[in-house]
Amino acid sequence: MPSRDEIFEKVKTALVDALGVDDDEVTPSATMVGDLGAESIDFLDIVFRLEKSFGIKIPRGELFPEDVLSSTEFVTNGKVNAAGMAALRARMPFYDLTNFEQNPSVQNFPNMLTVEDMVRYVQSKVGG
Amino acid sequence: MRWFWIDRFDEFVRGHHAVAVKNVSLAEEHLHDHFPGAALMPNSLIVEGMAQTAGLLVADAIDYNRRVVLAKVAGAEFHFDAVPGDTIRFKAEILDLKPGGSLTKVSSAVDDRLQGEAELFFAHLEPGEGVPKLFEPDELLKWLDQMHIYDIGRDESGQPLQRPDW
Repeated sequence: MPSRDEIFEKVKTALVDALGVDDDEVTPSATMVGDLGAESIDFLDIVFRLEKSFGIKIPRGELFPEDVLSSTEFVTNGKVNAAGMAALRARMPFYDLTNFEQNPSVQNFPNMLTVEDMVRYVQSKVGG
Repeated sequence: MRWFWIDRFDEFVRGHHAVAVKNVSLAEEHLHDHFPGAALMPNSLIVEGMAQTAGLLVADAIDYNRRVVLAKVAGAEFHFDAVPGDTIRFKAEILDLKPGGSLTKVSSAVDDRLQGEAELFFAHLEPGEGVPKLFEPDELLKWLDQMHIYDIGRDESGQPLQRPDW
C-alpha cells in the first residue's frame, strides 16, 4: 500500500505533465484552478493520468461532481443547498469542504479543490 | 472544403493504432516563405498531421458519434526539420479512451528517423456543445475513401473494416 508521500509524488507528476506547471508549484495547498490554472478539459486529462499511474478506475462524476452541481434538487439560486452539501459530503468524503461551505456558490467549487484533495481522493481509492 | 494534411493511411487498426504518410512538397505555398531559400515544414503543421492521424483513429473508434477536437498537446519534442522531398510517417496509438475524451501518443518519422513525438489529448463533443451538426456523411466518406481507410483498415479482430452505410 503506497504511503501518503508516495501518492503525493505521483499526483505531482500527473499534474506537472497534465498542466505544464513546475514541480515546485505543486504544493499540497495549491488550488487546482486558481494556482495551477486547470481548466475543465484538464480534469479529464488528470483522470487518465491518475488511472494509469495508480492502476485505478475513476468513474465519471467521482472526482468532479458535475451531476450534483447541475442538479435543481441540490442547487438553489446558484448555490449548493443543504441537501446538495449532504450529497457532496457523502459522495466525496475525501474533499475538505470547510471553505466551500462559507460560500457554496457552484462557480466556487472548482476554485476550492486543492492538490491535497487530489491526494486524499487517490488515498481513498488505493487504501493508502 | 476540408483541410487535407495527410495523404493516405498505410495501417489502420480500429481502436488501436494507425500509420499515415504525408509527402512534403515545395509546391505547398506555405513553404515558400518559411523560410525563403531554406524551406522547411513548421513543426506546428507536423502537429496538425499528427492530429489528423490520431483524430480519425479516435473518431472511428467511437463510431463518429461525437466530434473529436484536439484539446491539448503535451510533451511535444522535435529532433530535426522536415523539408521538401521528405515523406513523413505519422504513427498514432490510442493510450486511453472514454466517452468524453481520449489520450493518444503520436510520432513522426522521416526515413525511419524519429522526427517528432507528442501526446495528443482529444475532447469528444456532442451536438449541443457548440457543435450544430457532427458531419456531412457524403463529405466524410469521401475523405475516408481518399485516405484509403476502407482499403487497408482492420477491425479489432483483424477483419477488413466495413464502409458505413450512412
